[in-house]
Amino acid sequence: MALLTCRDVSLGYDGRVILDKLNFSVNAGDYLCIVGENGSGKSTLMRTILGLQKVLGGSIERGDGLRENEVGYLPQQTEVQRDFPATVWEIVLSGCQARAGRRPFYTREEKALAEQNMSLMDITAFRNRCYRELSGGQQQRVLLARALCATRKLLLLDEPVSGLDPKVTAEMYALIQRLNRDGGVTVIMISHDIASAARYASHILHVGERVFFGPIDEYRQSAMGRRFLALQGGDEA
Amino acid sequence: MIDILMQYFQFPFVRYALIVGTLIALCSSLLGVTLVLKRFSFIGDGLSHVAFGAMAIAGILRLSNDMLFVMPVTVVCAILLLRTGKRAKVKGDAAVAMISVGALAMGYLLLNLFSTSSNLSGDVCSTLFGSTSILTLTLGEVWLCAVLSVVVVALFILFYNKIFAVTFDEDFGRAVGTNVEGYNLLIAAVVAVIIVLAMNLVGSLLISALIIFPALSAMRLFKSFKSVTVCSAILSVLCALSGMIISILGSTPVGSTIVAVDIFAFLVFSILARLGVAGRKAG
Repeated sequence: MALLTCRDVSLGYDGRVILDKLNFSVNAGDYLCIVGENGSGKSTLMRTILGLQKVLGGSIERGDGLRENEVGYLPQQTEVQRDFPATVWEIVLSGCQARAGRRPFYTREEKALAEQNMSLMDITAFRNRCYRELSGGQQQRVLLARALCATRKLLLLDEPVSGLDPKVTAEMYALIQRLNRDGGVTVIMISHDIASAARYASHILHVGERVFFGPIDEYRQSAMGRRFLALQGGDEA
Repeated sequence: MIDILMQYFQFPFVRYALIVGTLIALCSSLLGVTLVLKRFSFIGDGLSHVAFGAMAIAGILRLSNDMLFVMPVTVVCAILLLRTGKRAKVKGDAAVAMISVGALAMGYLLLNLFSTSSNLSGDVCSTLFGSTSILTLTLGEVWLCAVLSVVVVALFILFYNKIFAVTFDEDFGRAVGTNVEGYNLLIAAVVAVIIVLAMNLVGSLLISALIIFPALSAMRLFKSFKSVTVCSAILSVLCALSGMIISILGSTPVGSTIVAVDIFAFLVFSILARLGVAGRKAG
C-alpha cells in the first residue's frame, strides 16, 4: 500500500475550491515534485496533506505504517523567525516535540537524535550560533535537521530553495537527493524550479487548470510537461 | 540612606510590597519573550484595561474580593484575543485596541455613574498607575500572590519546551501533532493571571512595560531562547527591586519608577549590544 493516497481530494479555503478531484499516491522512497503556477494551490495542497487545513471533499489516506502527524515539515520562513533569538541546537531539538508528546522534557535519546541529524546536515559547527545570524542556506539546513527529528519516513518541503543563491541551491538539492536516495526518505516538495524538479524528482504532480500526475519520464513525454519544461528551460538558459 | 531603608523595612507593608513586587516582576518577564516574538506586545495593555473595566464593575457590585471577579473576566478576554489570531474578522492588533479602549471607557463611565467613593479621580488614578495599592496589601493578598507566582513559574518550567516550540513555529508544531491551540490557551491564561497580579504593582497603564522591557533588553544581548529568558527574569527582578527602593527613598510613584529603571536598563543593554559585546557572546 502507498504511503499517502489522495482520492478525489478537493481543497481550498473559505469555502472556495481551488483544486477539485485530485488523485495521486506517493510510495515509500518516491521523490514527488509539486509544480504549477502561482496561486494554483500548491501550498494549499501541502497544508492539507499536513492536516493544517481540512479537505473539502475526498480523502487522504495514510498507509505503510505511516501514523497521523508522522511527517517532517520544512515550512517557508516566517517573519517571526527572522529575528528569533534561538540557537541552532534549540531549534533542531524542537523537532523532537512530537516524540516527547506530553512529556515536558527531552530524553537523552531525543538529544542524541538531534545531534545525529545536525551532523547529517553538517551544521554541528553552528550548534551554539544564533539562528538569525546564519545564512539562508544554513538556516534551511537547520530546519531540515529539525524536520528529520520528527521522522525519517516522509519529508514535506515547501520551496526549500527560494531565496538561495545558485551555488547553495545546488547544494540543497544534492542534500535532499542524498536523503532520498541513500537515506530512504520519501520526499514531497513544492518547487518553482521545474528544470531542477525534472532533474531530481521521480514523480511530478502538476496542478493548475489541468492536472498531471505520473513518473517524470511520462511527464517529459506529455504535451503539458513538454510545454512547461520548454517554457521554463528557456528562462534557465 | 541605609538607616532610612532599615527604618522602612520595619513596617510589614513595605516588606510585603517588596516580596510581591519581586514575584510579580519575575512572572511578568517570563512570558515577555514569547509575547514579543508572537507580535503580541500590546496584549498586556489590552488585558490590563479589561481588568480595569472588570474592577470598576466589581466595585459597583460591592464585591468583597474583586480578584474573584476580575481574574476570570481577564482570563476569558485573553483567551478570546490570543485565540482568534489569524482567522478572525478583526485582526489581532485591531482587536486588542478595540477591547482595550472599550473596556477603559466603559470602566470609567460606570465608575462615574455609580460611584460610591468621594475621591473618584484619586481611585481611578491609582488603578491606572498603581500609585499606592502595593503598600496597602494584606497578608492574605501577599499569600495569594506568592501561590500564583509559584504556579506561574512551575507551569513555565514544565512547558518551557512546548512554549519554545509554539513560539518559534506554530505550523510545524501543528503538522507534527502538537496541541498548539492548547498551549496558546495556556499562554493566554497565564498572561491574564500575571496582568491581574501586576496591576497592584504598576497599575494597568504600565503593565506592558513590565512584560516587554526585560525581554527586549535581553534580546539585545543574548542569542539563545534560554539565555534570553533567564536574563530577562533576572533583569526584571533587579529593576523592580531597585525601582521600589528608589521610590521609597525618593517618594516617587512606584509603578513609573520601576518602568523608568526598566527603560534605563534597556538603554544600557542597547549600548552594550552596539559596542559588540553581542558578537563575543555568540561563540
